[in-house]
Amino acid sequence: MKNYRVFFTGVGGQGTLLATMVLAEAAIRAGHPVLASEVHGMAQRGGVVESSVMIGDIHSPIISDGEADVLLGFEPLETYRALRKCSANSVIISNQVPIMPFGVAIGKSVYPDVDKLFRFAASQVKRLITLDAPALARQAGSVLSANMVMVGALARSGVLPVSRESFEETIRAKTKKQFLDINLKAFESGYATS
Amino acid sequence: MHPLLKPDAGEKMLLLGNEAIVRGALEAGVGFATAYPGTPSSEIADTFFRIAAESDLYFEYSTNEKVALETAAGSAVSGVRTMCSMKHVGLNVAADPLMTLAYVGVRGGLVIVTADDPSLFSSQNEQDSRYYARLANLPMLEPSSAQEAKEMTKAAFEISEALELPVLVRTTTRLSHHRGMVTMGALAAGQTTGRFEKNSARFVTIPANARVRHKVLLEQADKARDMANRSPFNTVTGAGPWGIATSGMAYNYVVDAVKDLGIGDKVRVFKLGFSHPFPDALALEFIRSAEKILVVEELEPILEDSLKVRAQTHRLVTPIAGKGPDLFSRLFEYEPAMVRKVTARYFEIAYRPAQPVDTGKDPEQVQMPMRPPNLCAGCPHRATYYAVNAVLRETGTKAVFPSDIGCYTLGVLPPLQTTDFVVCMGSSVSSAAGISRVTGQKVIAFIGDSTFFHSGITGLVNAVHNQHRFILVILDNGTTAMTGHQPHPGVQIAPPDWKKPSVSIEAMVRACGVEDVAVVNPINLTKTKAAIAQALAADRLSVIIAKAPCPLYERKVLGTKKKRSFVVGPECNTDCTACVDTLGCPALFRNPAPDAETTMIIDENLCIGCGVCVQICKHIRPKKAAA
Repeated sequence: MKNYRVFFTGVGGQGTLLATMVLAEAAIRAGHPVLASEVHGMAQRGGVVESSVMIGDIHSPIISDGEADVLLGFEPLETYRALRKCSANSVIISNQVPIMPFGVAIGKSVYPDVDKLFRFAASQVKRLITLDAPALARQAGSVLSANMVMVGALARSGVLPVSRESFEETIRAKTKKQFLDINLKAFESGYATS
Repeated sequence: MHPLLKPDAGEKMLLLGNEAIVRGALEAGVGFATAYPGTPSSEIADTFFRIAAESDLYFEYSTNEKVALETAAGSAVSGVRTMCSMKHVGLNVAADPLMTLAYVGVRGGLVIVTADDPSLFSSQNEQDSRYYARLANLPMLEPSSAQEAKEMTKAAFEISEALELPVLVRTTTRLSHHRGMVTMGALAAGQTTGRFEKNSARFVTIPANARVRHKVLLEQADKARDMANRSPFNTVTGAGPWGIATSGMAYNYVVDAVKDLGIGDKVRVFKLGFSHPFPDALALEFIRSAEKILVVEELEPILEDSLKVRAQTHRLVTPIAGKGPDLFSRLFEYEPAMVRKVTARYFEIAYRPAQPVDTGKDPEQVQMPMRPPNLCAGCPHRATYYAVNAVLRETGTKAVFPSDIGCYTLGVLPPLQTTDFVVCMGSSVSSAAGISRVTGQKVIAFIGDSTFFHSGITGLVNAVHNQHRFILVILDNGTTAMTGHQPHPGVQIAPPDWKKPSVSIEAMVRACGVEDVAVVNPINLTKTKAAIAQALAADRLSVIIAKAPCPLYERKVLGTKKKRSFVVGPECNTDCTACVDTLGCPALFRNPAPDAETTMIIDENLCIGCGVCVQICKHIRPKKAAA
């Protein structure tokens, strides 16, 4: 079996770590060896949150530059910042909606044009998929489920040897009852839209 | 039931490295555990905390690592299997008991987990804790996977009891915070009570006894070396003329590099899991078997130097290399491509590295704004810092700000910039004494509540007695926020089922002999500023306790809902940027809409309604409920 490396990046509060766990456990359900890693500590303080999932016969739990098969970017600027993890063979799935860094919010720096960020990204990798994850999440019932929208898009991309059913079963197993419908709907909308 | 208690032997589970350590301890029948939280070790403590609530296991968050280790030592000398966990710099705090505990040893197994932080993800230094095993003459195990973290922890208890010595288990951030599949062993019913059997010749370290015990320690260390030479955690795999010696997380990068470079038939890999005492016999055999050796270890050249000593002792001239300009760095954590590249270079193998996307080649030359972490919206520390800056500005006073370790260290960032000197837990108080004494400058020091309990009190006693003159602001948010809201002795808002008494910071400060003590709610800027102004004018040792709960913690424990919303009124249409220039709340920022009615805007989702901004600008007001 081929090995797969998936790099997650986003901003504290976006639920990237839960998405990371959903992929890891879905891949286990699909019968693959899995490793994951995450950096704790700044998740609630607006900083960048990065994590990784390895699927296959891999010992190293982190991804070197140029070696991600998939980059799942929860925020356009962070997707761009993480482009170093990609090569010409990578697939990127990115949320389109910016979260302003504080320096931008107070007018000390400028947020780059999102179209330009994506144009360069698209020119450098095999495939770029973008979606308005918060809007789809709101339609599903809660903007907090944007992370499941992103997971839905990841499932649909077909890059990984993990079936839609494995993802859905994992979401069922991991989600609290009162959020389950919303999360499944969010997953579904990410799956259908991308 | 806690998920770690559920799986039976043979079941598999995806575990965080730190969780695997706890499971290993449970499989060894641990009965007693202590810790002071610190990233990347905190999940060990937090997992024990939850498990202790539903089992006979005793767990406590101790006030600091020295206290944690001494408490753990008391349990272990009384025959109970005990674990004590901390981050690497915590072991500095615990170093005093560690060094002499090694002399007297233990009866029940004592496993000390120290979590290093190469790359300083959330630490003030990246010291290599492996030196402590050498300094204290104690055994050390270094897991390289979640499975090993569990197995080695379990084995560490056996080793500890066999040698009657504490055993160190050393992790790194990557080991502690990676997740891997772990096959469970059986849980053991732990012994949670013991008995102290007196033996003053052993346990009372007056010089005459300690001299004897030092000799005993060295004898035990020799036995430990024999164990390391026979340990299943020290392995040589593969075949071929070259050698790679490695330990910890770096082992994984080596395994992948050997496979990716296709040199499995050319290289033997010496993996040191039981890495101290250095397994000299295995090492010698390994050196003799290799034409040249590469040592892959994060941080300091410890294995490298040990191998070189072995080689020299036996007059072997085998090239052994690890750290160097074209080889590995003593800085930061390693990663797979780096290990692959250096391995290829050292053994002269052709290697084509991946071609990462280079945003430097983007014709648009995009400037990427940074995204540093920030104090949360509504954080009371921000209000305190704002008040201090406001008083200094209004009185034309300059001050130096020694600070401490916690969320509030983020006060270093603009616009607050209330952090000038930080070295370790508790250093704010004592360094304030030295700075104020030699410079005569105004000094306002900041320390968090948990950090004050950890190691601020002794500095304060010293300041009273030696008549130092500075202001100490104790930022009391009622929890150990930075590491995940662990309770501390001053806890006011208690976690569910919390039945421990609370220790009053104010009473302690007064008991230390401080005469100028003020307790303020920092959210009330007027009163906070008045307290600061008064302390500045008094020009002697003053303590201000700025007391308001961490909003995240309050919400988590009490389910506190947002009290009210604030909006920016239409009068805010000038060039005035005072709010963002002085407060820096992430919920309050420049309105990005091109035809914005107001210069500033409040993000209703981020704003928790603390009401600080409304006190600094008359254009901000409570939002009227929708009709």
